[in-house]
Amino acid sequence: MISQKKFIVSHAPFWHCGNSISERNYHIMLAAVPAVLMGIMTYGIPALAVVSLSVSTAMMWEYLFNRMAKRPISIGDGNAALIGLLLAMLMPATMPWWAVLVGTFIAIFIGKQIYGGIGANPFNPIMVAVAILMVAWKNLFDFDAMLANFNFSFLTISPLVALKAFGAHATTQFNPMDLFIGRQVGGIGATFGLGLVAGGLYLMLRGFIRWEISLSFLVGIAVTAALFHMANPIKYGGPMIHLLSGYTLIGAFFLATEDSSSPVNPVPMLIYGTLGGVMTVLIRDIGIYPDGVVFAILVINLVNPLLDKIRPKAIGKVA
Amino acid sequence: MMKKAFFGLSKPRVLYPPSQEVFPAPKSITPPSQVTLLIEGSLSAVDPEVLKKGDAVKTGQKITLSESAGHYAISSVTGVVSDLSLYESDFGKTYVAVSIDAEKTDQFDETFEPLAGEPTLASAQAYLMAVPGSPDFSVFSDSEKTIDTIVVTAEDQDILVATNRFAATNRAEALKKGVGILKQITGVERVVLAIPRDRFQSYGHINAELKAVDIAYPSANPLAIMHRVLETTVPAGKCPEDMGVVFFTAEAVAAIGEAYETGRVPVKKILTLIHKDGSQSLLEVRIGTPIRTLVAACQESLSEMDRLIVGGPMTGRALYTENHPVQPDTDAIMLQDKADVPLVSDYPCINCGQCVRVCPAKMPVNMLVRFLEAASYQTGADEYDLYSCIECGLCSYVCVAKIPIFQYIRLAKYELSRVQTAEANND
Repeated sequence: MISQKKFIVSHAPFWHCGNSISERNYHIMLAAVPAVLMGIMTYGIPALAVVSLSVSTAMMWEYLFNRMAKRPISIGDGNAALIGLLLAMLMPATMPWWAVLVGTFIAIFIGKQIYGGIGANPFNPIMVAVAILMVAWKNLFDFDAMLANFNFSFLTISPLVALKAFGAHATTQFNPMDLFIGRQVGGIGATFGLGLVAGGLYLMLRGFIRWEISLSFLVGIAVTAALFHMANPIKYGGPMIHLLSGYTLIGAFFLATEDSSSPVNPVPMLIYGTLGGVMTVLIRDIGIYPDGVVFAILVINLVNPLLDKIRPKAIGKVA
Repeated sequence: MMKKAFFGLSKPRVLYPPSQEVFPAPKSITPPSQVTLLIEGSLSAVDPEVLKKGDAVKTGQKITLSESAGHYAISSVTGVVSDLSLYESDFGKTYVAVSIDAEKTDQFDETFEPLAGEPTLASAQAYLMAVPGSPDFSVFSDSEKTIDTIVVTAEDQDILVATNRFAATNRAEALKKGVGILKQITGVERVVLAIPRDRFQSYGHINAELKAVDIAYPSANPLAIMHRVLETTVPAGKCPEDMGVVFFTAEAVAAIGEAYETGRVPVKKILTLIHKDGSQSLLEVRIGTPIRTLVAACQESLSEMDRLIVGGPMTGRALYTENHPVQPDTDAIMLQDKADVPLVSDYPCINCGQCVRVCPAKMPVNMLVRFLEAASYQTGADEYDLYSCIECGLCSYVCVAKIPIFQYIRLAKYELSRVQTAEANND
């Protein structure tokens, strides 16, 4: 009896399906790779530099915060790297190094860690960072100016800026197929629609993102844009241009679906996504910004806790 | 270990293994030289007049701690009581462990035999509550509850367990007899047999209403059967008995049938041994046999850091010793190699929503776990439906952050019940 074997004693269940946070984050990064590669092919070494700097500094900030706060080192879960990668995908290839550094700092420190780290952030950290950068240094996200020194084989004018400045007629010069395969100016990883859709489909099918959010976001954009276009076809662009330009696709599949700041119940997910789509088009069509995805996602993050109160009645719930 | 499906568009589904029509005969384990019976109570409740070291007992004899005690065990061997000790179990429950040194030959106790000709509720309450499957007859003498339905579950609650399925398939005659006796002694007209639909045709002769249970876990859970099969939802915090429904396992009903048929209280239990590689085998053992004996008899071995589980992979209970005996309600023993033990973590919830999708009770698990982690159990119960939980364990099974959600839920229920008991005692 004295030399008794020691067994592991713990609570049921004794099985686990094998999901993990790092698996989730690495798969989201994997799904983003096609769009990033296309960005690097289009913009060359500067794009690669921005991506590398962004991923590495995001991880560095995470590590620094862990050390400062005397918390377990959490860069292994892949979340910081994912934030860095997605943030780089939204930036123009010529982003100055200090802006990348500031962006990842905002995302990791102010967007994520001060709330308690992963799972506790009320807003999407990437959106917080981009919003602050956009407001503080407006010209950094003016893609036309930032990418002026490149020689492209396609129209070097951002479709949404053209739409805002010259009305729906200006968008007729864009071929939807060109836009879809990334022949437009924009963020490093935000322009290659085909890659983003493929990545998004992969994530939805594998269950790493919640399909309700992505699809309702796209439906929200398409329907609202169609309504505006019907009301004034000269001023407002149609659904196609809205779906294929700006941050729409990356927003639908990679940004609005961020776990911590989005709802989990079926009806709230649909409202959340649709609301995001509607807000995006409202900002694009009647706001002052050419693209509204960033602010639209921040707004829906804000209403997320309220939306998630709409939940199915638990079985056996009294009253 | 079961892995999740590659595609995860909808919620994960965990299926019960497909129905087996023919079972190999259970492997019979030779009676050990010593058995241990657990009787709920404490050492101070033991009346030396009734039970002491050195008492001779016969096979099938009822053992109580004192004349007035409600709990009892049935000796599974003939021999001499060699030791009485205290056994502390989960959530503060205590048992008196009665060790009996067994003799080679069985002498059967004959107190039950004269009662067997005329089945009554009193004799069932007095002798059959510790037969395999632990049927609970006490509810029938509770004046506050009127029972109008008995549900016999022919499907085991947990996955990989085949004990009750075996009882329903291979002991259909005893089951039929048991159903008849249950109707007779309790006066309950409605007996429902809950089985998978593909096995309906084998049970036409049993005088019971046949109802289908789904093949996805946890549809054989009593509360899930109440909701889906009987379409009577149990309000949160109540139990099926409050709704007039009592659950018996197929094994228990077959044991009741056998007891009145033969005039002897059954002392052998069928249990499912889940091997380290996930395969199952059925064993026939005396109640009270130490698990060590079973493991050795099946050429399995347990080493340091392995896990030994009573029950199935979803809702079982891990043990710290191989000396733990087989109890009347031990339907399965599961062995898990240390390489297969999934560990929990102290990561926070990332709000991925897997638990909310998988929860059969539609609870807001993601919100609930935040409160339970902070020990705000009452808020969890008031606002986030803690008492709707049917205790299936699927939330922990799918949790991406590997939070022991199921453990938090049971802890919360236990802590709240302690507070309620303390408050009731203060009044």
